[in-house]
Amino acid sequence: MMTNQGNRITQGQFSFLPDLTDAQITAQIKYALGKGWALSVEYTDDPHPRNTYWEMFGNPMFDLKDPAGILMEVNNCRKTFPNHYVRVSAFSAVRGVESVTMSFIVNRPKKEPGFGLVRQEADGRQMRYTVHSYATDKPEGERY
Amino acid sequence: MSDTDNSSSTQAVLADDAPVNLEAEFEASNVKEVLDKLDRELIGLKPVKTRIREIAALLLVDRLRKQFALTSETPTLHMNFTGNPGTGKTTVAMRMAEILHRLGYVREGHLVSVTRDDLVGQYIGHTAPKTKEVIKKAMGGVLFIDEAYYLYKPENERDYGAESIEILLQVMENNRDDLVVILAGYKDRMDKFFHSNPGMRSRIAHHIDFPDYSAEELLHIAKLMLATQNYRFSPDAEKAFFEYITLRMKLAHFANARSVRNALDRARLRQANRLFANASKSLSKADLITIEAEDILASRVFIEGKLDGEPESGQ
Repeated sequence: MMTNQGNRITQGQFSFLPDLTDAQITAQIKYALGKGWALSVEYTDDPHPRNTYWEMFGNPMFDLKDPAGILMEVNNCRKTFPNHYVRVSAFSAVRGVESVTMSFIVNRPKKEPGFGLVRQEADGRQMRYTVHSYATDKPEGERY
Repeated sequence: MSDTDNSSSTQAVLADDAPVNLEAEFEASNVKEVLDKLDRELIGLKPVKTRIREIAALLLVDRLRKQFALTSETPTLHMNFTGNPGTGKTTVAMRMAEILHRLGYVREGHLVSVTRDDLVGQYIGHTAPKTKEVIKKAMGGVLFIDEAYYLYKPENERDYGAESIEILLQVMENNRDDLVVILAGYKDRMDKFFHSNPGMRSRIAHHIDFPDYSAEELLHIAKLMLATQNYRFSPDAEKAFFEYITLRMKLAHFANARSVRNALDRARLRQANRLFANASKSLSKADLITIEAEDILASRVFIEGKLDGEPESGQ
């Protein structure tokens, strides 16, 4: 995590940039809607990089024409979980793709404690290394 | 945020004495085209057209004011259409979405048409997400709620319609620049609906009443309908149809333009049947497109003074 000052987690698009403003989020959503992708809002308080499946906030939104509706959901989610990670994902239903094609964080906790290095001694004095998020020391819902 | 899409907001603020051209703005917005189309395709409906013109004028002037950085609150454009069946409420709502889009008031200009079923759920906790989903779909366009009075059922205390109304009210107030809500329904029942939901009444700025059509207007509508389907009346048929309308207007369940459409459909059936009966004769194009007086005079409205759909014996 040395390349990423301040322990900000970097998942999805734009995560090395400063937080997106609402206008920038709207523009991104508009792009996704223009491609015909279905957007959804997800949240989590487990920032581990391999934690791919976040909780969904409401149903995915199909058949929307305008970004305002999705931004409304984003703001609802921020209000409900002000100290969670919130991301917007876009799902492409194109045959052969059928997966999330776009995903970016729109809300993060005020203080992100970052990750520590964990060493595990394995067979024959072999060392195994992994990362561990300090936030997950506390139980779910009390992490941030 | 919505301002970023608006072309006029990107311009620099004009000096106080700079001239602006309302006419040029009018031309540029293509509203004229829509209004002309409205005049051409919708017969009668004077009060409706006047109100649409007024709204269009207000939005245009607002756009000019914006060039001088004169801010005013976005006008509330939620509307309520009342009128008897078949007076063109839905048709006008469709046009409204287009007009508002041309004026840059709504961003996408699509129309989401819903009824109670699409908004109100069947069990506790089902209504809110359902209503919100519809609202999200309508954002950037127009939400048209047909027969809106069904939303509120005073006889059932536990009806979920009230929850749906509550959410609608909130969105109508907070997301005014995101969507326009148009309610429609029959006059007396809408009045009752507003009486029991005063919050709804005050949030709707435009109450537009659709008048009934006169016989002449209905005949004009009939001719337009036929023209779009590549049919036409023979001169005798036109007279007969005018008589038919005058008789039909006195009978029960008269639904203005909708009754006219049904009558025309039946006339087409009879025309086809007549052509079939004389199958030995070779037909010309004129035969295929002309509706004759006998196709109309065969209606039971003439013969028995009764509706075509009614059962045979006078029970």
